[in-house]
Amino acid sequence: MSTAVQPDIEFPKNWHRRHLLDLESLSPEEISTILDVAQRLKELTQGCRQKISLLAGKTCANLFFENSTRTRNSFSLAAKRLGADTVEFSSVGSSVAKGETFVDTAKTIEAMGVEWVVTRHGTPGTPHLLSRELNCCVLNAGDGPHGHPTQGLLDILTIRQHRGDIKGLTVALVGDIAHSRTARSNIWGLSKLGAHVIICGPPTLVSPRWTELGFEVAHHLDDILPRCDVLNLLRIQFERQRARPFPSVHEYAALYAMNGVRMQKAKDDILIMAPGPINRGVEITPEVADGPHSVILEQVTNGIAVRMAALWLLSGANERAKANAESSPAD
Amino acid sequence: MNESAKRDLLIENARLVDPSQDLDLSARLLVIDGCVSKINPTDQEVPAACARLDAMGRIVAPGLVDLGAELREPGSEEDETIESGSHAALAGGFTSVLCCSSTRPCIDSPGAVEFVRQKATKARGARVHVIGCLSKGREGEQMAELGLLSVAGAVAFSDAPKSMPNDALLKRALEYCRMFNLPIFDRPEVPELAEGGMMHDGQVSLVLGLKGLPTEAEDLAVARDVRLAEATAGRLHVGPVSTMGAVDMIRRVKSRGIDVTASVCPHNLCLSDIQLRSFDSKYKVHPPLRSDKHVETLRNALADGTIDAIQSGHMPRSREKKMDDLDLSPFGEASLETTLATTITYMVAKQLIDWKTAIERLSTAPARIAGVPGGTLKPGVPADIVIIDPEATWTVDGTRFRSNCISSPLDGHTLQGKATHTIVGGEIRYRLQPELEHLA
Repeated sequence: MSTAVQPDIEFPKNWHRRHLLDLESLSPEEISTILDVAQRLKELTQGCRQKISLLAGKTCANLFFENSTRTRNSFSLAAKRLGADTVEFSSVGSSVAKGETFVDTAKTIEAMGVEWVVTRHGTPGTPHLLSRELNCCVLNAGDGPHGHPTQGLLDILTIRQHRGDIKGLTVALVGDIAHSRTARSNIWGLSKLGAHVIICGPPTLVSPRWTELGFEVAHHLDDILPRCDVLNLLRIQFERQRARPFPSVHEYAALYAMNGVRMQKAKDDILIMAPGPINRGVEITPEVADGPHSVILEQVTNGIAVRMAALWLLSGANERAKANAESSPAD
Repeated sequence: MNESAKRDLLIENARLVDPSQDLDLSARLLVIDGCVSKINPTDQEVPAACARLDAMGRIVAPGLVDLGAELREPGSEEDETIESGSHAALAGGFTSVLCCSSTRPCIDSPGAVEFVRQKATKARGARVHVIGCLSKGREGEQMAELGLLSVAGAVAFSDAPKSMPNDALLKRALEYCRMFNLPIFDRPEVPELAEGGMMHDGQVSLVLGLKGLPTEAEDLAVARDVRLAEATAGRLHVGPVSTMGAVDMIRRVKSRGIDVTASVCPHNLCLSDIQLRSFDSKYKVHPPLRSDKHVETLRNALADGTIDAIQSGHMPRSREKKMDDLDLSPFGEASLETTLATTITYMVAKQLIDWKTAIERLSTAPARIAGVPGGTLKPGVPADIVIIDPEATWTVDGTRFRSNCISSPLDGHTLQGKATHTIVGGEIRYRLQPELEHLA
């Protein structure tokens, strides 16, 4: 049962958003606010392990049109840690299979009285469309290769916990950038907070156009490795690729896998991150994944923290918006 | 009706614009028995019982001719019917449309041609000319029965909006078609390079994570098309084109005297891929909205004649189809009712082209490319006429279209210029505001 202690936390005055759709549209201040709140909630829940009653009585719907285990469970746990209820919906065996559009499905779920819809979909922009159609809060838990804002935030929170400040750090995102929503969230989040972002991978997965947007593009991991404070090793998304962008997994691993030999060239205090699920032996070898520089499991815990923060902030902004709508006369 | 039985009409107070006769002058135009009779007739030449129409100084021009609109019937009547589409055409100032072969079943048999022609006659909208399939079943493997299709009335051959992926078939068809002197239209795109694409491949698609349609997919197909046209001396029209590469190639082969023609869609003259940032499926159109530099190049190419014609790119899709997410939602838009105003707003009003050129690109050139009547007000031709209020401003609202499709990338935009009357064979088949007419 819930310990139901009234938590000691104040709602940040600068937060007004009802939806969390991507990091590109957030200001650096807003990103910092989420991270601060996440840190505070992590403490209040004894490291995301205990329940507090911040959001009791509200319901969070997980509306997943793509398979997910860790993100969905992470959102569920985040909601439950704050005292909210959850309802699960996945496209397998649902009315989507009967031909209903995703908007209709989401409206049906909303009509059941939910505060948040957490959605994952294979097509970029679906959370943005839902945010225009629904009155409740919409959280993007991954829209195709476009965005996965809570993943970006949890990665940045993990770096911040180790380094204090993001500004001035050199962070390399390595691997399948083309198909990675994690990359598209980290890129904006990190650069807005002042990090130098290097996007690294074979040219078939890393477009040279990223340089037009002001990012450093590299194709040889060994060249940039000595400069990096953080490596975020992204999974090769075989399921999203229409044609193989490199000749073999063997060749990819030889060029990009983070292994014991490469660790010798890295900075002594380098952080090794991976959003998971990891392909051991492809982008990372076990000795590195399980080694002293790896913060992969901390990322998982921080995932609950940033999702608690997101749920609480969006809900608070939603309540405020409703209160304002009631107090101001309708025209 | 008396009016349609006799079909004599005097259009007065007209600003007559007819690029086929190099005319832009104040005049009156006499129509006798459904055909253009005379510009500036004397009072004695005007029959006593002739109906009179005061154009109030507006532009009177040959009716617009569209090189390719999907009318979706038979098979996809939820998107459009021959009746709704041909009346949408009238409202857009078109007196003739060429309908695409992409129906279900597709137009690859004489019976299918006949079906469309009969339905169109009954609909009494714009004239509908039939584009026959280039390949059987639009499968790109065997040539359709082009000779029999032409006997049935097909005026051109194409699998558009699908491109012709089979080089050998396209070459053979270009050779074979010479004996009918009918054109082949190709919508240039290499399918392998375009596969899965939802929008222009560029900086915006990169950031949004949306699979792109690379410009090379179009450039390569245009290169193939123009080379085969040159090799076979066949009649080839490429379009709609949307890339700088395509423009560059067409300009080069034209300068070498090779007789190919090209067209562009209005949406590629006014909007860029930045619109997709809204993830709204109304911007999922084909060819895709490209970046600003392509838009600019296309405008200039249309102005200098590298691109011969504007074609609507009308690809109507029902509301429920366009309601899906960006991946599942089909390419498509209703554009017959916005093509004229888009041209006026983004080309004429910006002084990139004059009125004569605008009518040339929208009417005279398409009629010439397709080899169909229209595009001129020379005495003796059927009186297919549009009257245009060049100053009228209006806001696009898809729900008010005559088309069954309400989706338009220009929805909500304020445009300038509107057809007030569309006259087919001397019969006024569309009027914008009946109260403004002064029929005797």
